Amino acid sequence: MVEFFLNTVKPNFNYWVYVILMMVGLWSLIAKNNLIKKIMGLAIFQTAIILFYVSLGVKDGATIPVLEQVPVEAAGTVAAASTAGAFADGFANPVPHVLMLTAIVVGVATLGVALALCQTIFKEFDTLEEDELLRKIKALPDDV
Amino acid sequence: MNPKFFASLAVVITGFVLLYGVSDFPGFGDPRSPANAGVEGGSPSASLHYINEAYHDTKVPNIVTAVLADYRGYDTMFETVVIFAAGMAIFAILRCVRKDEEAVVAPPAKSSIDGDHNRIIVGMTCRIIIPVVQIFGLYVIAHGHPSPGGGFQGGVILAASFILVALGSNLEDALSRFSEKNYLTLASLGVIIYAGFGVLPQVLGRNFLDYGVLQKLFLTDGPEMARYHSILGVEIGVALTVMSILFAIFANLSSRGTLKGGL
Repeated sequence: MVEFFLNTVKPNFNYWVYVILMMVGLWSLIAKNNLIKKIMGLAIFQTAIILFYVSLGVKDGATIPVLEQVPVEAAGTVAAASTAGAFADGFANPVPHVLMLTAIVVGVATLGVALALCQTIFKEFDTLEEDELLRKIKALPDDV
Repeated sequence: MNPKFFASLAVVITGFVLLYGVSDFPGFGDPRSPANAGVEGGSPSASLHYINEAYHDTKVPNIVTAVLADYRGYDTMFETVVIFAAGMAIFAILRCVRKDEEAVVAPPAKSSIDGDHNRIIVGMTCRIIIPVVQIFGLYVIAHGHPSPGGGFQGGVILAASFILVALGSNLEDALSRFSEKNYLTLASLGVIIYAGFGVLPQVLGRNFLDYGVLQKLFLTDGPEMARYHSILGVEIGVALTVMSILFAIFANLSSRGTLKGGL
């Protein structure tokens, strides 16, 4: 067990955490009966994706992708791929950061829409439990 | 059969398949992984180009800002439109202006940041904190170039300051400072600013969002500085939309679309 943990889990712990978080979110999306709990599952699922992307951009010993000192001429011209790679090793990959930066704010906006829908559903049916909702919707007359 | 049994089964199988694939993934923090360096024998990763060339293309030290607002300007523009659309969706779903529904809501307790002694600690704290939060929000927007920050983050901080007004006193108080008319106008204005920075280069005969040509308008030394200033303009547009829409979401959700009473 310890062997398995050290050899398999530890080198890839970021992926393990993302898979576990994602499955927690997926389970609550599928199995939970309450719509608010489903939305919470959606948020957890989204957090797992964000964690996955950001962990992909990590480089050992690198700093944030903000140039502290303005690079001199060496990096200016389109240098050979080897030297360009050496310079880039000092900075974390900016692309996942860019993607997740917008994803977080869009996630908040979609969460807002989901909560607004829930409020409207609650106003209409007085419940957020899925089975009760289905029962009440079936009980509605056809022409509504 | 219990439906939760099938849910657990699906989750366990999916999780197992995903974890099985993990062993093929690049190691954590590996600078040679495909995402960081590109596929072996194939083309190098775009991130290498960004890190090496972003400063020379835009004069922006923060690579994330340069990629966000220049290289991936299209993406960011439509993310802004998504946020705007989400705000409009909430407006369409919740906002009710019918008189009969408004009458149901109880009149709010008389309280504001200035009056009401029951809330004097909260009121005074908000009064001290809110200006600092707003200045910090403006700082984050303006300093997206040389340091971590930008329109999305600064917009969220500014929205938080208005939400703090609503929490510290009540929603009417926040709306008297940032009314519905204002936030809807600012949200549209943000999108229009961004789209305007896209259309301006087209007017000057270049591609959509190709800021470099704006040096003729900004009278800068070269296309790099024109990009630098355009990125700031675009960030301000993003910040306006994010700030307005996040506050709109809070105001509509907390008052069930009546914009009365609230929390």
